[in-house]
Amino acid sequence: MPNSMNRHTTVPPGADPREIMIAADGITKSFGKNLVLNGVSLTLRKGEVVAIIGPSGSGKSTFLRCLNHLEIIDGGSITVQGEPMVTATADGGSHYASDAEVRRICRKMGMVFQSFNLFPHMTVLENIIEAPITVKRLPRKVAVAKADELLEKVGLLAKRDNYPGRLSGGQKQRVAIARALAMEPAIMLFDEPTSALDPELTVEVLRTMRQLAEEHMTMLVVTHEMGFAREVAHRVIFMDDGRIVESADSADFFRAPKHERTRAFLGQML
Amino acid sequence: MDYALSLIGPMAEGAKVTLSLFFITLVLSVPLGLALALARISKWRTLSTAVNGYIWLMRGTPLMLQLLFVYFALPFVPVIGIRLPDFPAAIVAFALNYAAYFAEIFRAGIQSVDRGQYEGSKVLGLNYLQTLRRIVLPQMVRRVLPPMSNETITLVKDTSLIYVLALNDILRTARGIVQRDFTTTPFLVAAIFYLAMTLVLTWFFQRMEKRYAKFDE
Repeated sequence: MPNSMNRHTTVPPGADPREIMIAADGITKSFGKNLVLNGVSLTLRKGEVVAIIGPSGSGKSTFLRCLNHLEIIDGGSITVQGEPMVTATADGGSHYASDAEVRRICRKMGMVFQSFNLFPHMTVLENIIEAPITVKRLPRKVAVAKADELLEKVGLLAKRDNYPGRLSGGQKQRVAIARALAMEPAIMLFDEPTSALDPELTVEVLRTMRQLAEEHMTMLVVTHEMGFAREVAHRVIFMDDGRIVESADSADFFRAPKHERTRAFLGQML
Repeated sequence: MDYALSLIGPMAEGAKVTLSLFFITLVLSVPLGLALALARISKWRTLSTAVNGYIWLMRGTPLMLQLLFVYFALPFVPVIGIRLPDFPAAIVAFALNYAAYFAEIFRAGIQSVDRGQYEGSKVLGLNYLQTLRRIVLPQMVRRVLPPMSNETITLVKDTSLIYVLALNDILRTARGIVQRDFTTTPFLVAAIFYLAMTLVLTWFFQRMEKRYAKFDE
């Protein structure tokens, strides 16, 4: 498929660049009178790593939260791996699928938060096996084996019986990533995963994320880490004021940003 | 001293009444209080408002009045109209009253759990009940231990109100002996009984707090 290979030069080989994992179209969302998302659209393909950057208040986190139903959209549609979670209605609003259906579709996506949201009353291991056992009804043995494997991967096997309160921020976030991966999502959403961390702790979390990207995980990452966006992301989206201002392959994005607003933002960040 | 020791037998009989009322009230009012707390924070406004009214009623009138009402007035209430013997009447009044207080403690405990815990559960696919049972309630328990300790100690002493139904608990037994023997020593013995009970409770709650502190941040 030379054509599509050309268009998405940075999509890793082996991944089918055509399969659309998330299709969000014309998302609008207001908090009260404040219009936070003003028609945001995104197509995320299999194996793609997309970074969303932008100033605070630009709506980037809200957009991410809309994708897995943490926020309810006012208008637009969201389809995940071909399954409609919410469809646009003729009057410009939107209609959600049934609760059970939405929950099932959302399970295709794992999410990592800025504030980790680990369960403080459970050990690291218990945090990871909770959902596989409770939601997927996996036998405990299977869930534990899988959890150990993931902890090994994020380099925290030694901490498996610790409570989250005993971990550093970077360790907490890596546990949170392992916890999300334990549900075997097809897509990982990251909401400013390193914004609460010291620079040296940020490095270890980014290393884990980079490793995921190398394994061709489909990732959508809201971040302030320009280094990550430049080096790991295939595509960068710049949002401002509830809209997507610019979206480009990351190399092009940083080398030659097209919009004045993007250039001003990058000028501040770099 | 010998006299004081001779009181232990009859006072222990009174303690049985006090302790039965205490434990049965707890066993009934804790789950009822939890149900009320969940109803109170429910999105269903009618339910939440009704529970709010119930809590206001129960906290806004004296427990003594509620006791007297259940025993003397309930038989004449249309539809419900049941006549309860003295001890069951006391249990109904105590359980209904304490459930209201526990409901408020539990509600505060549940609402103090960070919103991120719900979001973290939701993105992992847990439904509301699973989130409540596995994530929110275990965290609530730790937070409600200090107020629960307070409230259960109050309950130990509130049990003495059942003298109005002529039930022979610790205090009423003591009072009977005081009037019979013309000495106030039984009051002292009664105080020691109450102190011993609250000591056990204090110790129990301190242990619980320690147990739950292990995952403190």
